[in-house]
Amino acid sequence: MKKINVLLSTLAILTLLVAPGLVKASDFLMMATTTSTANTGLLDDLAPKFQKETGIELRWTAVGTGKALKMGQNCDVDVLMVHAPAAEQKYVDMGALKDRREVMYNDFVIIGPASDPAGVKGLPVVDALKTIAAQKAAFVSRGDNSGTNKKEISLWKVAGMAVPDKDTWYIQTGQGMLKSITVAEERDGYIMTDRGTYIKYEANKNGSPELKVLVEGDKTLFNQYSVLAVNPEKCKSAKYELATKFSEWMASPKTQKEIANFKLLGKKLFIPNAK
Amino acid sequence: MDFIANGFLHAFVLLFGGDPETYSAIFTTLAVSTVSISISLIIGAPLGFLLGYHNFRGKKFLRTFVDSMLSFPTVVIGLLVYAFLSRRGPLGEMGLLFTIPGIAIGQALLGLPIVIAMMATAVEALDQRLKNTLLTLGAAHSQILRTTLWEARYSLALAAAAAYGRIVSEIGISMMVGGNIKWHTRTITTAIALETGKGEFSMGIALGMVLMIIAFAVNFSMSGIKKRAGQ
Repeated sequence: MKKINVLLSTLAILTLLVAPGLVKASDFLMMATTTSTANTGLLDDLAPKFQKETGIELRWTAVGTGKALKMGQNCDVDVLMVHAPAAEQKYVDMGALKDRREVMYNDFVIIGPASDPAGVKGLPVVDALKTIAAQKAAFVSRGDNSGTNKKEISLWKVAGMAVPDKDTWYIQTGQGMLKSITVAEERDGYIMTDRGTYIKYEANKNGSPELKVLVEGDKTLFNQYSVLAVNPEKCKSAKYELATKFSEWMASPKTQKEIANFKLLGKKLFIPNAK
Repeated sequence: MDFIANGFLHAFVLLFGGDPETYSAIFTTLAVSTVSISISLIIGAPLGFLLGYHNFRGKKFLRTFVDSMLSFPTVVIGLLVYAFLSRRGPLGEMGLLFTIPGIAIGQALLGLPIVIAMMATAVEALDQRLKNTLLTLGAAHSQILRTTLWEARYSLALAAAAAYGRIVSEIGISMMVGGNIKWHTRTITTAIALETGKGEFSMGIALGMVLMIIAFAVNFSMSGIKKRAGQ
C-alpha cells in the first residue's frame, strides 16, 4: 500500500521536474511559414547557418500562408515567411504585421499527366484553366487558403469563372503542397504548384516524375516570398528585435547567395530578390 | 512496391545508425507521453476512485458522461487546447503553445476519461466488504483511498496502459498544439505525417515501425498484469 504512495509521488515529482525544463525559453525565434519553404528543405538548410552566425535558434511551424498570417495576428509567432502579397498587405494595414521585406521568388506552374488528356500544354494559364474546366479533367486544389490556393482562386476569377467547389472533377485536398501533388499523381489530375516544390517532387522521383510542367511562364504566375515581423505594439510577447535580425539576415548578400545555391537536381528552387 | 521494402531497410539504418532527427522525435514522444500519462494518473486515479466508491445522486449521469468522453476526438481536444493556449486565448500568458507541456495538457485530457472510467469500474468491482472492514478498523478516508487503489493496482496499471496506447498514437493534439517543430515538438506521429507529406514514404514507414515497437512493448509488458487483474 505504501507503494502506491511512492508511485504517485514519483510520478508527481517526475512531472514537476520534466515539465518546466522543457519550456525553458532560450534565444529562439518562432516562425510560421508556408509548406513550400519547409517541405523543400530550404529551412533545414538555412536555419543552422542562421544560428551559427547570430546565435538565434529558428523554430518554425509549416502551415498554409492563410493560417500563418492568422498565427501572426494571434501573437503565437514572432515572424512570418509567406507568399501572398495581397493578403500580407491586409494584415500590415490592420497593424498586426509590419516590416514586409521581399526576399525571394519563384513561379507557379500547372503540372499534369504527361499524356495531357485535356490538352493544355503551352496554353496561357487562364485558357488552360478554362479548358480543364470545360473538359472536366481532374484538377487538384489545395483548398486550404494557402498562398498557392489564394493564387489559384484569383486565377479562376481572372478567367471569368466561378471558383469550382462541389464539381466532381475538382478535388480539394486541404493538405500541404507535396501531399497534394501526390493526390494529383494518384488521380491523374492537374495541379498548380510553386516551382520549388515541383523540383523537390521531381527529385523525390529521381528526376522522372509522372506529372510534368505543362503551363508556365505567364507574368501572373510570379510567386513572391516575403518576411514579415509581428507588430510588437499589438503583441507584447513578440520578439521583434530577433525578427528584425532574421529579416536582415535573409536579405543579406551572403544569405541571398545561399538561397541561390540551394539546388535539387541542379535546379534553383528559389531565386533571391531582396532589395 | 519498392518503397515499402526500402522503408523497412531504412528503418534499420535510422535506428541503428543513430539518426539524430529520428531519435529527437522518439525522445520527444517519450517525454511528452510520460508527462501526459503522469498527469492523467495523478488526477484520474483519485477521481475514478471517488466515482466508483461513493454512491450519490447523479452518479449514473456522471458515469455516462465520463464514458462518452472516452470518444472525444483528438482533433477537437487539439482545437480547444490550441484556443486556450494561443496568446489570444485565456491561458495565452503562460506561453505554452508549441511546447511539450502544452501538448501534454491536451494528451492528459485525452487520457483522463480512460483512467477515470476504468478506475471507477475496478473500484466498483472490488469487494464491498473491504470498505466495511477498513471502516471497522477505524481507517481514515485517505487510508481507505490508498488501500483501495492498492487493491485495484492491476486495474490501475491496465488503465494506464490503455491510456498510454491512445496518447502515444494520437496526432491531432500534437500537430495542432505542438506545431511539429523540428528538434522540439516533432513527435513520431507528426513526423510520419510530415515525411509522407514530403513524399518520403520510407522515412514514414521507418518511424511507423518505431511507434509500433513502443506500443507493442507497452502492451506486452502489461500482458502479465492483465492476467492478474482478471483474477
